[in-house]
Amino acid sequence: MKPPRFAYHDPQSLSEALALLGRLDNARLLAGGQSLMPMLNMRLATPDHIIDLNGIADLAFIKVEPEALAVGAMTRQRDVEFDARIRSRCPLMHEAVLQVGHRQTRNRGTLGGSLCHLDPSAELITVAAAMDAVVTAQSKNGSRDVPFAEFPAGLMTPALRPGELVTAVRFPLWREGHGHAFVEFSRRHGDFAIVSAAALLEEAGGKITRASLTLGGIAPAPVRVAEVERMLTGSVPAIELFREAGEACRKLEVMEDVHVTAAYRRQLAAVLSRRALEKAHERVARH
Amino acid sequence: MRVIGRSVPRLEDEPLLKGEGRFIDDIRLPGMLEAAFVRSPHAHAAIRGIDKTAALALPGVHAVYSRADLMPHLATEFMAVGLPSASYKQDLNRPALAGDEAVHVGQALAIVVADDRYIAEDAAALVEVDYEPLAAASDCRAALSAGAPTAHRKSPHNLLAEFDMAYGGVDAAFARAAHVFRESLWQHRGGGHSIECRGAVAMHDAPQDKLTLWSSTQMPHAAQRLLCDMLGRDENQVRVITPDVGGGFGPKLVFYPEDVVTALAAILVGRPVKWIEDRLEHFVATTQERDQYWDVEVAVDRDARLLGIRGTMVHDHGAYTARGVNLPYNSAENAPLGYELPAYRMNVKVALTNKVPVTPVRGAGHPQGVFVMERLLDRVAHELKLDRAEVRRRNLVPGEKMPYKTKLKARGGLTIELDSGDFPKCQHEALGLAGWNDFPPRKSAAEREGRHIGIGLANFVKGTGRGPFESVTVRIGPSGKVHVYSGAAAMGQSTKTMLAQVVAEQLGADLGNITVTAGDTGVISMGLGGSNSRQTVMAGASAHAAASKVRDKALKVASHTLEVSHGDLEIEGREIRVKGSDVKLDLGRAARSVAGTAGYSLPAGMAPGLEATEHVVIDAMAYTNGTAVAEVEVDVETGAVRIAKLVLVHDCGRILHPVIVEGQLMGGIAHGIGNALYEWMRYDENAQPITSTLADYLLVTAPAMPPVELGHQESPTPLNALGVKGVGECGVVPIAAAVCSAIEDALSPYNVRITRTPITPADIVELIQNGS
Amino acid sequence: MSASRAISVTVNGARREAEVPVRLTLADFLRHRLELTGTHVGCEHGVCGACTVLVDGRSVRSCLMLAVQANGREITTVEALAPAGGGLHPLQQAFRDHHGLQCGFCTPGVLMTLVEFLSLNESPSEAQVREAISGNLCRCTGYQGIVDAALDAAKRLRA
Repeated sequence: MKPPRFAYHDPQSLSEALALLGRLDNARLLAGGQSLMPMLNMRLATPDHIIDLNGIADLAFIKVEPEALAVGAMTRQRDVEFDARIRSRCPLMHEAVLQVGHRQTRNRGTLGGSLCHLDPSAELITVAAAMDAVVTAQSKNGSRDVPFAEFPAGLMTPALRPGELVTAVRFPLWREGHGHAFVEFSRRHGDFAIVSAAALLEEAGGKITRASLTLGGIAPAPVRVAEVERMLTGSVPAIELFREAGEACRKLEVMEDVHVTAAYRRQLAAVLSRRALEKAHERVARH
Repeated sequence: MRVIGRSVPRLEDEPLLKGEGRFIDDIRLPGMLEAAFVRSPHAHAAIRGIDKTAALALPGVHAVYSRADLMPHLATEFMAVGLPSASYKQDLNRPALAGDEAVHVGQALAIVVADDRYIAEDAAALVEVDYEPLAAASDCRAALSAGAPTAHRKSPHNLLAEFDMAYGGVDAAFARAAHVFRESLWQHRGGGHSIECRGAVAMHDAPQDKLTLWSSTQMPHAAQRLLCDMLGRDENQVRVITPDVGGGFGPKLVFYPEDVVTALAAILVGRPVKWIEDRLEHFVATTQERDQYWDVEVAVDRDARLLGIRGTMVHDHGAYTARGVNLPYNSAENAPLGYELPAYRMNVKVALTNKVPVTPVRGAGHPQGVFVMERLLDRVAHELKLDRAEVRRRNLVPGEKMPYKTKLKARGGLTIELDSGDFPKCQHEALGLAGWNDFPPRKSAAEREGRHIGIGLANFVKGTGRGPFESVTVRIGPSGKVHVYSGAAAMGQSTKTMLAQVVAEQLGADLGNITVTAGDTGVISMGLGGSNSRQTVMAGASAHAAASKVRDKALKVASHTLEVSHGDLEIEGREIRVKGSDVKLDLGRAARSVAGTAGYSLPAGMAPGLEATEHVVIDAMAYTNGTAVAEVEVDVETGAVRIAKLVLVHDCGRILHPVIVEGQLMGGIAHGIGNALYEWMRYDENAQPITSTLADYLLVTAPAMPPVELGHQESPTPLNALGVKGVGECGVVPIAAAVCSAIEDALSPYNVRITRTPITPADIVELIQNGS
Repeated sequence: MSASRAISVTVNGARREAEVPVRLTLADFLRHRLELTGTHVGCEHGVCGACTVLVDGRSVRSCLMLAVQANGREITTVEALAPAGGGLHPLQQAFRDHHGLQCGFCTPGVLMTLVEFLSLNESPSEAQVREAISGNLCRCTGYQGIVDAALDAAKRLRA
């Protein structure tokens, strides 16, 4: 299980990387390597060129603005995990990143790498969907912002044009005191989530004023369950409401594959969405 | 006892901890090349042609050999390794390389030899093979139906072997039984998945025509024999050495095509050749266990006493015989063990499929036999509304009846006699540790909180110490060091420490003065290696006998030299001392005094040397037993199972090293949990592996292990001087049965029966939805 | 574009320079070019953890890094643990005392994972230790000996 031959490029600046990406055919970007290297070792990926982004320091950053969190694409998952500001202002991301693989995975894995790999079971893409993240993609011709809902073009395929790479992701923050929960079901700790549920709630006057519910692992891209969000907004949080929300999720269209049946995915969708909402509600700060 | 029975520090640890182990891939030889194999991507295909041109043209490639290249150099092409049995209907032995037919995904048909593994893999991808895919036999039951595609084109059908294991009048027993219950059970066990995969390094000294093969194997002497047979050489020309082995667990006891082909490649290329298996290969080229389908009935009287068990079992053998029919034989033989079963009949059909051959993985078929019996006993308890432990109490062989002659025969023909053990006492202790009697109110309390907890138990008996012998030489050298050589093979189970302890007990009790060399055909002529939890028993017995002989000799020499009587002497550290005095003789001096000086007679009546070689023969197996009790909590919404606690009370006879025994049990338990909940080597209907990486095939990780409480009973066996029984595989054996029993108990409100392993969360959700 | 690159890597405190194929993995570089065979290869797809080393103090699966990516970095392997003058690192000693290894193949990876873990968490609970090694597969021990050793080592290192 040795990688096939490729030409190796390690640009030291973003413009150098974009220039390479603009002119090379059959090139793959190497970020944390936690997804690409296994594919290379198994010869499931056979690029002619590897463009290693690890030398571009400018692509790794965490900026917390009043309204949003901006994270560079090459920011290590470990740094996200240990960032105290993310833990307090964006607790959904903190809770999710703790479930991404293992320490060794997070020490190398990056936010951008995970987002661009778009594995349906990946925790961070569920978070991006839950928070209406905005992805910044740059090419040598300029940059554009892609709302995360438009980012997955298909299974494990981001809507990136040739010559584009993701440089940063912006996460609009929820109000202080909001409730959050990232709940996943996996066979062993650190495994990919078979199904995951991300819930965010704001409440005021005893009612839910804002809701975000996202299911990961049921479809090629994370599913924002808009009809459940509408049902929740304006309602009084209660066990029966959340149970109803769960049952609504059971009716979503889900994938079927050799490893997991549609029926089981539906069961997990119903159960995890309910549990995530219950937990998020519990965590709403009471004044 | 000075060292036996104590948890002494292991000889193996220091180098391994410092990263100074010498595993197969650590071996570097001057001029060494590396190999990769071209493997069939089809489960069944005719091979019309192999074009090596592009591969050979790649810089750094030294050779590409297919069957045609090897045939002139092979005295025999096929590996005839099958353990003898009258039940075979077909002889299907593995060839060195596939010729005109590939019969499982992963079967090797060519070897590429190159400067390094990277280039070898590049070249292997360039070898063009003209395959004509053929219909594949996948499911082992379907393979036995009329008109099923045959796994081998030339085979008339897929029945590799068939046998009945029977005693007593079973049909009469059923006819008069108060109750008869039937179960259909599917049991799956997967691969060995030692963290170190297989590997071989071959070096040929051409002028002397001597071949050395380093192999990550459990059976170096068998490997030597097969190499001699296949390469047409004698034992003096072939040496097999095991380096440090990173786990064996069964599949490494097999001799593989890659072993002989790597050796032949080294001979033909004229340079050392290394082949290291990678994990993707391990899934398709290393033997594994797979499926057994049991259809069984149990007959009991109105007091839940067993009258008979009968049924059929279909066992997936894979595409070739790589070991024998021992695995299904063990399963059929193990089901009744430990209980008083008056009548039994199991018809076993061994089916060929187009998958990698099946040979034992830790437990070797015994977990499956236990699962069958324990599920049947739970069924009886459920139907007769009796406590599951009580049903077992009524049927376990009582302690007073030991040794207990069963009506079963081991594969060599000997009647199985349970040598020692108190099974009811073991069960009693386990139930106590687990709080069995306190469980019902805890379960009710949990139910009121909406939680589902359950408890289950399983007993097992397993034959260990499979004979007929293991060889050990003990020698005191002129340096005063004690050297131990054995045909035993180490794979992590502390063989060297065990041998050193047994020998040190006789010869000075200083483990620092003992060296152990195991697994090298060049230092000892015969050996059977590691399998069947045999080495503490068999090698231990020979080590004890040899060390005792050497001790006697050494004392005789000292008695003569120091002019004291035999009885006044003791061996302490490196010295033979007169008890209670400073008068002593160094072990090295003692050795020198019988090493001989030219022209001078040896001391009166002395034989030369302080050395002894023993092959203690013990044909009967020593039966280890135990009881496992598992407590689980099931999340009925997701099907997730958490094992809250596991108790295992175990009797492996005399314990030589308590901590090592516990380590063996814990490792076995982890594997058993894997079989109960996680490990499933899946194939599709075309016999294509679906779980082909460790991301899909789930091994147990640290957070998945429950708190374990171990208890020990020691019923020494009369079968060997040390009173020891084997333990290596035993932790695995009862776990799946105990865990499934507990899950079923937890799901009692849902009327769910667990009839399969592994049982996954998705299965549990489905069972709950169908049951209620 | 050349198929090789010159790299300069600090390994166990010593600067090592080499010309390596760009596709050579860090694991293979350490094992076969530098002959530091203590780091083992078990799966080459990032699951078993046997190849874990420290890169700039952080645990990394060396099968998932290219040697060229280690240029300018500090690598620590199991060979660096035991003190130069003899004896064992407290973690190694604890493994010995608690039967934390059997075949020893996964052990170097586990040790390096624990070195980082114990530097981040000086007083771990058992559950935290188990989670810390959840990315390291062991087929021999059932993990109990490893966990006991890690908890004992934590105590010794705090002392």
